Amino acid sequence: MNSKPRAVLRDSRLSGVLLIALLLLLWQLSAMYVVQSPTWPTVVRILEAWFENIVDGTLATHLLATFWRQMLGYGLAVVLGIGLGLAMGYYRALYNLFEPLVEVLRPIPGPAYLPLLVLFVGIGHEMKVVLIFLASLFPIVLNTYSGVRSIDRVQFDTARTLGLTTLQTFRELVIPAASPQILTGMRISLAISLILAILGEMIVSNDGLGYFVLLSQRTFKVPEMYAGIFTLAIFGYALNRIFLVIEANLVRWHHESSGRI
Amino acid sequence: MADYLLVDRLEKRFTSHGRAAFKDITFAVGQGEFVALIGPSGCGKSTLLHIMAGLSEPTAGTVRLNGERIGEPRPEMMFVFQQYTKSIFPWKTVLENVLLGVKYQSNASRKALEKICLEHLDLVGLSRYPHYYPYQLSGGMQQRVAIARALARRPKILLMDEPFSALDAMMRVELQDLLLELWSKLQLTILFVTHDLDEALYLAQRVIMLSASPATIAEEVEVPLAYPRRQIETRSERTYLELRERLYRSMVTQVVAGRADVP
Repeated sequence: MNSKPRAVLRDSRLSGVLLIALLLLLWQLSAMYVVQSPTWPTVVRILEAWFENIVDGTLATHLLATFWRQMLGYGLAVVLGIGLGLAMGYYRALYNLFEPLVEVLRPIPGPAYLPLLVLFVGIGHEMKVVLIFLASLFPIVLNTYSGVRSIDRVQFDTARTLGLTTLQTFRELVIPAASPQILTGMRISLAISLILAILGEMIVSNDGLGYFVLLSQRTFKVPEMYAGIFTLAIFGYALNRIFLVIEANLVRWHHESSGRI
Repeated sequence: MADYLLVDRLEKRFTSHGRAAFKDITFAVGQGEFVALIGPSGCGKSTLLHIMAGLSEPTAGTVRLNGERIGEPRPEMMFVFQQYTKSIFPWKTVLENVLLGVKYQSNASRKALEKICLEHLDLVGLSRYPHYYPYQLSGGMQQRVAIARALARRPKILLMDEPFSALDAMMRVELQDLLLELWSKLQLTILFVTHDLDEALYLAQRVIMLSASPATIAEEVEVPLAYPRRQIETRSERTYLELRERLYRSMVTQVVAGRADVP
């Protein structure tokens, strides 16, 4: 076999992009000639619907609504999760106090909080924010304290011999040393927060992409439904990419020290 | 002078199994002296040094500096760790690492502090690398950063815990000579822990040998070799070879005794 195609397969993601294009083409052809059903519109029809909803601002409105509540819940989880995680990782007594609680609450799947929250917080905007917050909190807490706890004794001894106070030790050692793991937790929670935002919007809401997708399905606007799902795919992908770029810049030292460049 | 840094009947028991790592360790280090501490691995020499630095508590006995009891790390005593990859913070550049030792201790401007740090980097031969990250440097250079950081604090005493044992032979030789040069230039007092007999003899004015666990002081020898020492010449001197044989015999005795002790 010629070595050039093999090198392309190995070194570039072109094949992956082509696969997506091929699947879309198959979809188009199957909808045109094989499965002629309102639930299986052609790709062209979906793109038309997508374009219309972009132009008239519908998708942007819903996207912003989703993004806003996601960021509120997620932002709250980041701030409190890192704070609690740092304290638990650093102070043994706080770890002993909170770790069992975290272990008991952590396995509860985020959606399971929903009925409870409806009882206590109602069905409004706050309910969705709290739902997103609760589900995003634990991966951040867990990764933060395990990051702090895996800091080497030698590094703490170094800080002590250099005469650093507790606050200075946090700033110079604990936070930077734990940052690769904190960011890992934040990345996991970012994906979770989008899932819970969409779920919350599907249960009860009057805006957001989750609401848009469900409403389109219920009103038999099937191409719009697909357009909403495609928007979510691109939105989720973009969020993750942006996060990865920020992460790589923040902890470049970590990737380079561990040989992952 | 003789009781500048004084270790008095020091003992450390480990709470988990109650066994003593060492007991009844008494010795003194004079101001400006270079003392090496050697012993078989596991004899607690590193623990001893941590206690002297105020990083760990003894179960009995005291460490005094100028008559004052040490319980916390002191600014005039700096510690150089064996694990330079950890002791040097990988998220900071060389200069930032050195700055870390001085920036909270002084009200001087950032510029003035950087100048001090650059001078000390120059002292260890790293003046060209202030903006490098540790992962871009060799092991020997990383340990030089640790030494520069310690020296930038203008300490009187350096406590060094097998600082060169993770380096290859070439770098070790270079750093040994650098250390001797700094010792005489800056009039430091150095207590140097190593398991390498040759390193101890080459560097120190006095070598203290610990026995196997539970360790006590097995032997103490003066090393009457002239400074500046030279890697080849000093190591072939008659005195050197005689002392080496004597300490080597003693070490073998300790190791055999230690083995017999194991149930």
